[in-house]
Amino acid sequence: MTVETTTTKGSDRLSAEIAGLDALELAGGQRKSLAARLWGRVWPMSIAVLIVLAVWELVVLSGRWPEYVLAGPFTVIGELGARLGDPEFYGAIAVTMRRALTGFALAVGIGLVIGALVSRIKPLRAGVGSLITGLQTMPSIAWFPLSILLFGLTETAILFVVVLGAAPSIANGLIAGVDYTPPILLRAGHMLGFRRLQLYRHVILPASLPSFLAGLKQGWAFAWRSLMAGELLVIIANQASIGEQLHFARELSDSAALLAMMIVILFIGIVVDMVFEAADNSLRRRWGLHQVRN
Amino acid sequence: MTAPLKEHAVSRTEGTSPAVRLTGVSKMYGTSKGGLLALDNVDLTVAQGEFVCLLGASGCGKSTMLSLVAGLDAASAGTIELGDRRVALMFQEPALFPWLTVSANVEMALRAKKLDKKERRAKAQEFLEIVHLGGFGDKRPHELSGGMRQRVALARSLAQDADVLLMDEPFGALDAMTRDLLHDELERIWRERTLAVLFVTHNVREAVRLGDRVILLSSRPGKVVRDFPVTLARPRRTDSSDVASLAAEITGHLREEVVRHAR
Repeated sequence: MTVETTTTKGSDRLSAEIAGLDALELAGGQRKSLAARLWGRVWPMSIAVLIVLAVWELVVLSGRWPEYVLAGPFTVIGELGARLGDPEFYGAIAVTMRRALTGFALAVGIGLVIGALVSRIKPLRAGVGSLITGLQTMPSIAWFPLSILLFGLTETAILFVVVLGAAPSIANGLIAGVDYTPPILLRAGHMLGFRRLQLYRHVILPASLPSFLAGLKQGWAFAWRSLMAGELLVIIANQASIGEQLHFARELSDSAALLAMMIVILFIGIVVDMVFEAADNSLRRRWGLHQVRN
Repeated sequence: MTAPLKEHAVSRTEGTSPAVRLTGVSKMYGTSKGGLLALDNVDLTVAQGEFVCLLGASGCGKSTMLSLVAGLDAASAGTIELGDRRVALMFQEPALFPWLTVSANVEMALRAKKLDKKERRAKAQEFLEIVHLGGFGDKRPHELSGGMRQRVALARSLAQDADVLLMDEPFGALDAMTRDLLHDELERIWRERTLAVLFVTHNVREAVRLGDRVILLSSRPGKVVRDFPVTLARPRRTDSSDVASLAAEITGHLREEVVRHAR
């Protein structure tokens, strides 16, 4: 068997052909500018908000409920404006957000550990796997009586329920991600010489990131709901919080304050959701899991 | 552009031991009663620097054989000798990690080596240049075309410093034009690096275009039925009449194998 040397001309020709084909196949699209993308989202949202406000005002004008039960949008916006200038309001938000972040961080830590263990250890999965899903479906408010008995009317009682609400979703997100790691990538990792922990670190964990992120997002939603329920039930003296203000607004029949606080809760929920969505979009864009909305 | 990374002797078949030797290899899936015999008593040797194509209809255990040689699966009987040769396996899909850049994907194959980040990056760049993708290291796999991704996979396999390259229908999902170019590309790389290649395909012309030998396997169970040496001068062209006539002959035998199952 003899080896002929390819002529330089031949190999140059091959390079040119390959480069040409590559260039033809890579005619790619351009992303829209940031301003265009923002505008594309802002105007439908503004219209939706205007419609909601209009319906609200109509209901108030119908006179079905007195003003102290259901305040109109203008009163509530005025009340909200007044609160935005009040340091006590920011204090309440700070307390609530501190609880939310602490609880969520704890839930992430616990969910990660449980998810990692359950996804790796077979008997643990058989025993605990369905329990985690069961916990996920349990309304977290049902935990409060027990939590209050265990910890009294303290912040720990709230955090306990927040963590119980969020951790199962986070653990499940990780477990699902590990389970759905494409087998072909596992084989590729195996061929690259990765075993056990290395395979976990270089292939399985990164591959489960999208599912884990979805778990985080769901976990946050559960944490936020549990927290609001907790703050309504567990009122701690001299510690203003969003839930506590909501509670007292109802006690005092201060409908404007109540609705203003509800708008704040909604707003925080939307902002956090947007953060998760941005993270999810950037992940999808990098991985090529389009289509990304613009 | 294609600086050789290793010095090689010109003679390909030099040295005594073959690169891969399968002796009496069988593979059974499931239990002995209701099991499926995928491979039955297969003997096969691939010399260092030899390009061997495995050809067969569905169910001939081609992919099973590669998995066994790659060590992804264990044989039920028989021995597979590789000496201390390193083996790389390429799949029909590129199987790149979507969370890494093209360069980082290739660098994954260099992890075992004691290189710092910069050296590893430079080394990966060398391998990307071998497959004509030097300018694409910072791209993500999804930004490349199918043929380009498959070349990244080839670069990653080469970066493993393998002596034996196992390829499981690597160009099966590509269009004819791209496949032709990749044949030229693979042949060039194979020559420059004295690789032993075990190439699975169901495309007879592709097998004749590339192989020093074409091994015909029977189906259910997979067995070696014939071994065709291909002595046509290289470089060959898939559309040349020499390739076509040998391919026609082999196709005849392949069809006979298929007809045996028409009962």
